[in-house]
Amino acid sequence: MKALVLERNLPRFAASRMASLLGSGRGAGIGPLQLQDAGPPDLPGDDWYHLTPVLSGICGSDLATLDGRSSRYFEDLVSFPFVPGHEVVGVLEAGGRDHAGRELAAGTRAVIEPVLGCAPRHIEPMCPYCATGRTGLCGNVAFGALEPGLQTGFCADTGGGWSSAPLCAHTSQIHEVPGSFTDEEAVVIEPTACAVHAVLSAGVAEGDVVAVVGAGTLGLACTAALHNLVRPGTGCTVTVGAKHTHQRRRAEALGADTVVAPDQLARAVRRQSGSLVLAGRLTDGADVVFDCVGSSESITHALAMVRPRGRVVLVGMPGRVSIDLAPLWHRELTLVGAYAYGTESPPGATEPHRTFALAISLVASAQLGSLVSAAYPLERYEEAIAHAGAAGRRGAVKVVFDLRGRSDRTNRKGSTR
Amino acid sequence: MSPRPGFVLDVDRSTPPTLFWRGERFSLERLPEGSRVIYAPEPIEPMKDPSAAIRAALTDPVGDQQPLPSLLRPDMKLTIAFDDISLPLPPMERPDIRQLVIEQVLDMAAEAGVDDVALIVALALHRRMTEAELRHALGDRIYDAFAPNGLLTQHDAEDPDALIHLGLTDQGEDVEINKRAAESDLLVYVNINLVAMDGGHKSVATGLASYKSLRHHHNPVTMQRSKSFMDQHRSELHSANWRMGRLIADAGVNVFQIETTLNNDTFPGAFKFLQKREWEWKAKDRLAYVAASSALDRTPARYARQIFHSVKAPHRMTSVQAGEVEAVHKVTTENVWAQQGVVVEGQTDILTMGLPYISPYNVNSILNPILVACLGLGYLFNMYRGKPLVREGGVLIMTHPTPWEFNPVHHPSYIDFFEQVLIETTDPIEVADRFEESFATDPWYIHLYRTGHAYHGVHPFYMWYWCAHALQHLGGVIIVGGDAPAVHRLGFRAASTLADALEMAADVVGPSPTLTHLHAPPILMADVQ
Repeated sequence: MKALVLERNLPRFAASRMASLLGSGRGAGIGPLQLQDAGPPDLPGDDWYHLTPVLSGICGSDLATLDGRSSRYFEDLVSFPFVPGHEVVGVLEAGGRDHAGRELAAGTRAVIEPVLGCAPRHIEPMCPYCATGRTGLCGNVAFGALEPGLQTGFCADTGGGWSSAPLCAHTSQIHEVPGSFTDEEAVVIEPTACAVHAVLSAGVAEGDVVAVVGAGTLGLACTAALHNLVRPGTGCTVTVGAKHTHQRRRAEALGADTVVAPDQLARAVRRQSGSLVLAGRLTDGADVVFDCVGSSESITHALAMVRPRGRVVLVGMPGRVSIDLAPLWHRELTLVGAYAYGTESPPGATEPHRTFALAISLVASAQLGSLVSAAYPLERYEEAIAHAGAAGRRGAVKVVFDLRGRSDRTNRKGSTR
Repeated sequence: MSPRPGFVLDVDRSTPPTLFWRGERFSLERLPEGSRVIYAPEPIEPMKDPSAAIRAALTDPVGDQQPLPSLLRPDMKLTIAFDDISLPLPPMERPDIRQLVIEQVLDMAAEAGVDDVALIVALALHRRMTEAELRHALGDRIYDAFAPNGLLTQHDAEDPDALIHLGLTDQGEDVEINKRAAESDLLVYVNINLVAMDGGHKSVATGLASYKSLRHHHNPVTMQRSKSFMDQHRSELHSANWRMGRLIADAGVNVFQIETTLNNDTFPGAFKFLQKREWEWKAKDRLAYVAASSALDRTPARYARQIFHSVKAPHRMTSVQAGEVEAVHKVTTENVWAQQGVVVEGQTDILTMGLPYISPYNVNSILNPILVACLGLGYLFNMYRGKPLVREGGVLIMTHPTPWEFNPVHHPSYIDFFEQVLIETTDPIEVADRFEESFATDPWYIHLYRTGHAYHGVHPFYMWYWCAHALQHLGGVIIVGGDAPAVHRLGFRAASTLADALEMAADVVGPSPTLTHLHAPPILMADVQ
């Protein structure tokens, strides 16, 4: 069995960062990532189970880590060496229990909710956030029974998805995959859950003008979440800035009212909000802007197109950015992050729902499995990561590692496109 | 020697290559044998004494209208409206014809002791003119006498206090026009009738109207029923304007219409070869072509644009008539035809045209992709009487670089129309139904129209509607040398060379098609028989 292992190796991080100047993911071959022989990590407790990855996605945060662009904020929230990969669908080797305590047989397909909060860390009593299901806000991600790691895929003890060896999944992390799902649908549940959380916590109100900056996996999943979960109760209009033609087509198919080039997004928002323009900013603007890129440019852009007292939601992971906050102060804007998942109260619901449960429904109804555009075996990780780094330009959305055996790849329903 | 009439050349082996405009550049293209090239008539003799002719027209009006001096009295309110920057093309050398006419109207008003005189630029929904443009059109004397006192204004179709609703036509069309003009004792309208579409009741009913009024005829259905809008008698655009104009007259607005025609002497000295027939080029013409084209090829587009927009045309007045609107316009139309009409036998499978750098809506500006479409499919396609030059299902081939480029000051809503509307649909009816109102009522566009130099938010829609008849009629449109993404956004096809375009066109019209080239400018009107 093999695994891609990320070690703390500063010269290799530096080399990777230099190479990434040529393009995200270009430094995978000279960076800190190594393909190594691997076995299953020891289970940290009785409530942990081995899950053998089937497909595992390459996320923007993975790329930022590999490129050396990740914020130093995360240095104490990870533990080396770790196996990346937190977007994972896999098979329970010997069965187990899911987050609701249901028994699952050996061979059951499951996805993991990767946050390593109080429950996986055996911390009692739980923090107020974990106790109320808001595990993404847990502050104990460096404490307890595990090495530091905010998620599976960033923790030395749990293993990760970029491996043909099993990883360790805590019972609280395990969600059974519906039998009707293809592996491709299953592997996008995690990023979809991020989008669902961002969208449902953004306070989109009736008739709101909503803008989505970026049309990669998160931007498209946010578009689908807005269309399916928010629009029915609010009648909001959704405008997406999409750089590439295939992204544009996908955004339209997922329910965007208007899709324009990124440099036209502010103009489209201005038109929809009936706004004027003053000093390069809109006098009114979008009620909510979802920034699914996380760069200085995208956040600045978002701040310029949101209305006074409007809300900019950072969905894409930002690093160190340089932003003029004068408009935030002057226009009393809210700049808020949206990390991970937990429980949500969707419009019209009488009780909270697990974000993952909502994401599973959304993946099915919006057919988000089609976002998986390319799959690579671990051995071709350099190509895979370079492809993911240039996904939009190369006509792709989600690039994944395919960890299935050759026969599984051809026989399993919905084999990778 | 009297000027020669228009001419249809049959291309044979000995025919030299034909000049095609390509925006701020041009090329010589060899057309297939058997093709036809339509040349405009040569410039007809201008009036020897324009000032005397204007005075004669004002004192001896046509139709049911009194001589201008007899309509003027000291206690009256007099308004003089005049055409804006969109006419003539290219802008003419000084003195502009508007200056010549308005000076005489003002002289007569002064002689009659009229104190309350105001000048209004009949913008409709066009951009406001700059001071330099107004000084060019009116002369410094008029500008300095009126502008500082607020007596030279530009029609504001979005100022509710400056508009008056005169009623509905028998077709239920709102007639809402400039209040000062409508409430004046006399409204003098000064036209430059560059093409047959201009003038008549359209002057006041369109030039001084509001969006509420214009939308009744500036729409795709009207334009599809105007075949062509250069032929008043087969133009629904004109029918609607005539209904409105008659209502304006019935409402008591006394319009004294002045219309002028120009010869088609379009280009000055160094560019004279552009209006000559190629086989008659002399050595100096060939030299001028080589020098101009090689220099322009080395000049960045931005500077080439500046060079061409600084060109002033040596147009000269060929007629002036004044009096009652319809009687005046009848004479004007005949005079326009005398300069521009060319009899053409039968239609063609493929119509080619070289698009120059200028259209009515980009004077001192950029011919953006929407204006490229409008110039070809709106204006030049419609330069016919009888039948379109190209048969139904035929192909139009135009040469123009069609850059994805806009002037954000003049055409802000064009950018959004191109980026947000044409990306959804190019069907004029759907465009109108889904998008027009939101653009027309957009407060930012309205603000820019009223306070800056921007065309109204709805104006790009009108440009697209201008193409509606051609879009319905043609089997395909190809732009040679056009920026492919921009051309595709318009819904057309891009070709690298004319030869490629002809091959592409053959897929639509079949092998061995007939081909006709519209050699304009200078402007010509095809009388297709």
